Amino acid sequence: MGDVIAMMFNTAVFAAALRMATPLIFAALGGIFSERSGVVNIALEGMMLTGAFTAMFVTYHTGMPWVGVLGAMLAGGLIGLIHAIFCVRYRANQVVTGTAINIFAGGLTVFLLRFFFGTAGTSPSVTTIPDITLPVLSSIPWIDRILGRQNPLVYLALVAVVVVHIVIYKTPWGLRLRAVGEHPRAADTVGVNVFKMRYISVVISGALAGLGGTYLSIAHLSRFSEGMTAGRGFIALAAVIFGKWTPLGALGACLFFGYADALQMRLQDIGIPTQFMNMLPYVLTMVALAGFIGRAVGPKASGEPYIKG
Amino acid sequence: MRNKMSLLVVMVLLIGLMAAPVSAQTRIGLIFAEGGLGDQSFNDAAYRGLMQAKEELGVDVIYVEPADIAEMEEHQRAYADLGLDLIIVIGFIHQSALTEVSADYPDVKFAIVDDVVDNPNVTSLLFEEHEGSFLVGVLAGMMTETNTVGFVGGMEVPLIRKFQVGFEEGVKWANPDAQVLVNYAGAFDDPGRGRELAISQNERGADIVYHAAGGTGSGVIDAAVSNGFYAIGVDSDQDFMAPGTVLTSMVKRVDLAVYEVIKAAAEGTLEGGIWSFGIEDGGVGTSEFLYTKDIIPQEVLDTIEEAKQKIISGEIVVSNPLQ
Repeated sequence: MGDVIAMMFNTAVFAAALRMATPLIFAALGGIFSERSGVVNIALEGMMLTGAFTAMFVTYHTGMPWVGVLGAMLAGGLIGLIHAIFCVRYRANQVVTGTAINIFAGGLTVFLLRFFFGTAGTSPSVTTIPDITLPVLSSIPWIDRILGRQNPLVYLALVAVVVVHIVIYKTPWGLRLRAVGEHPRAADTVGVNVFKMRYISVVISGALAGLGGTYLSIAHLSRFSEGMTAGRGFIALAAVIFGKWTPLGALGACLFFGYADALQMRLQDIGIPTQFMNMLPYVLTMVALAGFIGRAVGPKASGEPYIKG
Repeated sequence: MRNKMSLLVVMVLLIGLMAAPVSAQTRIGLIFAEGGLGDQSFNDAAYRGLMQAKEELGVDVIYVEPADIAEMEEHQRAYADLGLDLIIVIGFIHQSALTEVSADYPDVKFAIVDDVVDNPNVTSLLFEEHEGSFLVGVLAGMMTETNTVGFVGGMEVPLIRKFQVGFEEGVKWANPDAQVLVNYAGAFDDPGRGRELAISQNERGADIVYHAAGGTGSGVIDAAVSNGFYAIGVDSDQDFMAPGTVLTSMVKRVDLAVYEVIKAAAEGTLEGGIWSFGIEDGGVGTSEFLYTKDIIPQEVLDTIEEAKQKIISGEIVVSNPLQ
């Protein structure tokens, strides 16, 4: 038992938790933008996968991983645009569209992998974004072993949470975003362009999810492999709900999921099955939705297409 | 009149098709596992065996890559209806469907890689993965400087347990003081988890990590490169994925099994039953150490060879959790 407690406060576990949480954080922030504007984004998984592939592909050809990051955000944004066109312009069922995008991305990435590299499973290894040491954090004892040396994208994820929080709660644009998701008719009446807001939000959502995928393929690992997101888009969606559609709440949820995963990896020896940890995010999401830990209520207009007039 | 004419043409064509002389060539159909071609693992190995048979034995081959487990049965039935001389299916994922299909087509010959279907028209092609894993275990046990090595499995299924048990016994045989850390990722397609598991084992002292985890394993190799420890690959020769970091790979010659079974079919000697490929016939074993010759001392290579001979002679018996 002492081992377990020692492991729970082990800095290596915290550092691993942060690495595991990073792709989730980006995707969850993306999910928040989309859902806050009133568009359900179940397509996060597909957007991440597209981002992961594009990041690898662009980096392979340019040798510059940061260009790969840009490419992945563009590709994720493009998938977001497709989602938005179907959901906003054509008022398609958002869950069906999202599911279609997930299946589409799964097939497309494998097709492209085979087309360009003649292999279906795993891409060649590419240049990665190297870890960096932060000057101030790396001089504080204990903290340095968690935050002192990490990938730039890990820090970027944490910064992004703060930025998204400010954008959503402290800017006029964020107020309009929330209004569009809660009561689009009222927002429209006071002159907010509901369609434009939703288009922009879903594209941002895709770009952020793509960034999450980037972390997997060219920061955490050095190659793309088929289906490598392995359900992280859905876990991110669970984190959005568990975090009650707020950036800070989602950050907490992602860190918790990442921590539980990192801890479990080290505690397999004492007999907590892997499958239990794989269930955890979804069980907690259901608990949150059932209202056991305060009410988890999403934006009111989420999932409903807006019809002007 | 025109209608009657075209009907006649169609009928003539149909009869022509049915009466087309059946070619004397042996016709082989192969159905891959999920993942399909390009997995740098056993699907690719099966393909090499198929192509070798096509060139050297002059057989006629067709193949298909199913997307998921739900498609397996349909592909098996479709191929069975084609009247092929042998249908080879790759992977335990085909097992339950093939049990049914092979019973429905008693006159068609089937072969399955990595699992057993107990019907007289099925040849089951198995590998002694536990013996091959023993050999890489000997290597890891002798090469470790921390007396700690790791094993990362994909899913915790009996087949993967076979790799684990053989590895553990090999490590202990070569180095009784060494301990083996064991983790399962719960997936064959999550390299992110593979990487984190390998890192966690490295942090707990492991300086060599062996994976039997399919696509998840590429994360293990990535972790070995970035955190500076050794990895051991599996199934195909993965040494090239990180030259110098991947000490060796536990190579499983699916190509050999596929080639041999096609050869038997072409010669008309295929009788079904279980075929086992082990160390002696080269069905499993280490890679050629192409990039690690200078890292691994001759003494270690000699001990691996000694273990190999002792397994063949029966002096060492590696436990097989499937029996």
